[in-house]
Amino acid sequence: MPLENPTSNMKNDFSGNSRRAFLKQVGLGLGTFVLYSDLIAFPSDQRKIEEEDSIASFIHVAEDGHITAYSGKTEVGQNIRTSLAQVVAEELRVPFEMVDMVLADTKLTPYDRGTTGSRTTPQMSLTLRKAAATLREMLKEEASDSWQIGKTSLSLEGGAIAHPSNGKRLTYAELANGKRLFEPYRDNVELTPVNEWKIAGTSVPKARGRDYVTGKHKYVSDLSLPNMQYGKILRPPVYGAKLKSLDISQVKSMEGVQVVRNGDFVGVTAPDATTASQALALLDASWDSKEHVSRKNLFDHLVKHANLSEKELEFEALNGFEDRLEQEFHIDYISHVPLETRVGVAEWDDDELTVWTGTQKPFGVQEDLCNEFSISKAKVRVITPDTGSGYGGKHTAEAGVEAAKLAKGVEKPVKVQWTREEEFKWAYFRPAGVIQVKSALESNGNLGAWQFHNFNSGGSGMQTPYRVKEKQEKYHRSDTPLRQGSYRALASTANVFAIESQMTDLAYYLKEDSLAFRLRHLDDPRMKDVLIAAAEKFHWENKLPQGRGKGLGCGYVKGGYVATFAEVAFDKESQKVVVKRLVTAFECGAIIHPKHLKSQVVGCVLQGLGGALFEAVDFEDGKINNASLSTYRVPKFSDIPEVEVVLLNRKDLDPAGAGEAPILGVAPAIRNAILDASGKRINRLPMIPDGKV
Amino acid sequence: MKINVNGKSHTINVSANPTLLEVLREQLELTGTKYGCGEAACGACRVMMDGTAVPACITPAVSAQGKDITTIEGLEKNGKLHPVQEAFLEEDVFQCAYCASGMIVSAVALLERNASPSREEIIEAMNGNICRCCTYPQIMAAIEKAKTSKA
Repeated sequence: MPLENPTSNMKNDFSGNSRRAFLKQVGLGLGTFVLYSDLIAFPSDQRKIEEEDSIASFIHVAEDGHITAYSGKTEVGQNIRTSLAQVVAEELRVPFEMVDMVLADTKLTPYDRGTTGSRTTPQMSLTLRKAAATLREMLKEEASDSWQIGKTSLSLEGGAIAHPSNGKRLTYAELANGKRLFEPYRDNVELTPVNEWKIAGTSVPKARGRDYVTGKHKYVSDLSLPNMQYGKILRPPVYGAKLKSLDISQVKSMEGVQVVRNGDFVGVTAPDATTASQALALLDASWDSKEHVSRKNLFDHLVKHANLSEKELEFEALNGFEDRLEQEFHIDYISHVPLETRVGVAEWDDDELTVWTGTQKPFGVQEDLCNEFSISKAKVRVITPDTGSGYGGKHTAEAGVEAAKLAKGVEKPVKVQWTREEEFKWAYFRPAGVIQVKSALESNGNLGAWQFHNFNSGGSGMQTPYRVKEKQEKYHRSDTPLRQGSYRALASTANVFAIESQMTDLAYYLKEDSLAFRLRHLDDPRMKDVLIAAAEKFHWENKLPQGRGKGLGCGYVKGGYVATFAEVAFDKESQKVVVKRLVTAFECGAIIHPKHLKSQVVGCVLQGLGGALFEAVDFEDGKINNASLSTYRVPKFSDIPEVEVVLLNRKDLDPAGAGEAPILGVAPAIRNAILDASGKRINRLPMIPDGKV
Repeated sequence: MKINVNGKSHTINVSANPTLLEVLREQLELTGTKYGCGEAACGACRVMMDGTAVPACITPAVSAQGKDITTIEGLEKNGKLHPVQEAFLEEDVFQCAYCASGMIVSAVALLERNASPSREEIIEAMNGNICRCCTYPQIMAAIEKAKTSKA
């Protein structure tokens, strides 16, 4: 019987202040953590070291042999609950179903910096593999010692070793009956070679998949506690406004409604969400506001306020070339639009706080809460049940902090769920930017000089993968009018858009095939491989009929290589462009779950379609003009072209993440296809908000 | 007031004039139906009302009186998944799956009125449902599969 996952059961809270205390309770109550006495015997400093890298931090074996693995990572749709369990099951030689993952709970899981940067697969997965493999080797050693048989002659199946002649068996559960689980995992332990994978490398069904198609899975927005109140926060009408006055007289008489105020923080609570919304609307507030930069001045503002001297823009290597191409690219702010808006549920028990909230950084939120309330980490527990998406947009958990503030004020548990409008206005955005690219060709057609300056949107993915004699690549911080932050692939999408647009334009100038032009400037075989794989699938060499255009874009970030080829239809009369077909080849080392990997690639490409074609945050005088799903358009069924994906499985390379890199190629591929079809260069994102060039 | 949800009659409190979504989630604890936008623009809150998929977020609870409401929780019968749920599960469609309930309800409503929709008809019927993870091709494949298995 599977061990109950504490994150799925709000009532199942364990008393005590440390994770170790929990382990003790699990040990005594549910499983076989027979390490209690050993623990007490350890000096506290040794315990601390062990806690961080011991097998027990990552893997728990129950009496019935059921295995629970722990990770501080958050499931936001990358399907890591599945892929992490796969590698643990693989190394332990147990069926996939025997491994349950406990994720993202500051009390139960080891510290984790956050589910960001495509690090779960290359780092977390590797750590779990090592912990599991160490456990497996320990089991073999135990059997070898007690049976006096050579370790190499032993094999493990279904979580047990059977003695070759006397019928005895040794299982992980039996092994866990000793203090050795608190040994650190071995950094140099032999991992199962990818070629021998039986569970990893296959498309096992999504962990807890049935709970999602039946509506049973509890997202934070679905949680409720006894006597829980619904909270709403008073927001200023424009960014940066200060509260001048507040009149709460109209809500005073409302049954069950309470108002919490602490400086500019004002919130209301009510026993139901409807009443809470009504009470919020009846608060009468006046505000002081200030001047704001609007979207129409955005790009000038970003360049003007960049933190640099004129000298930094000089690049002598460009001088003296005849054939030069200088272009500027403009990138709008876009919104993540996670379908589950920010939500927090908070409960105080004396001075101890528990917050359930959808975030990519539960341990970061724990720190935020400690700072907010000046309490120690031991008093704050943050739990993140599998969450309704993030895409880099949930590094924070504002709703969780707000719920905790209100819960403290009204002395009852409180849930704060942001409306869609709040999510659009008060979360953060993918940075806007200006990118200036100058490049020069030698007389033989080779890239001679390359200058690349990014203003504001970020330096990620800014380095050209192409061979060039002299280059200068700089990122300049600027004054951002809107709150900006992480987004899937960070600034790489914009930077690769500029690089790949420039490359195609240079190839056009030379009247050379743009694939051939790239290939002869590339040294990295992995980049070449994805380009060639996508080109073959796309049939790049085929001529297209009148009114059609083809283009490509490729890039590398965070261990993933991508090439996307696009075909568009262009109607000269209406100037309308329709994306007809997208072919993407992707490679991120060895593949752990082919189906889920393909899904990530498809998801990246199609989400990227939105930012490429029509998504943009429209803002004016400190207000967002399109803070709703009826005014901010995201990709829908009717926007989806034919999508094909080629996955390259490099079993000789460690697996890397796939939630970010595949987004890189789609925007430049479409831009270059539009150029091919219409002759027009569109050097901005989004390219065609109204569907026309 | 009483409403009929998933074949059962429930007494609900409508004094604050809540939406059907609020009643389902807060009063009946049927949290499978999700809030996504509050303006019928994303499909996360879709439930079936007398067989038609409607957005519960803009439907006043009082207007559900006398209607048969089916939510995602009402599709599974005696532990057996609805064929559309089965198809979505087999195709392993989702990433974060927050859109799942609305998608499945919309697909069930579609196939109940048109057992064999064309690709265009599927897109038209599903276009009000947003999957922000953009698993659209997988959702299309699941609906095609459900269509075939029903036929």
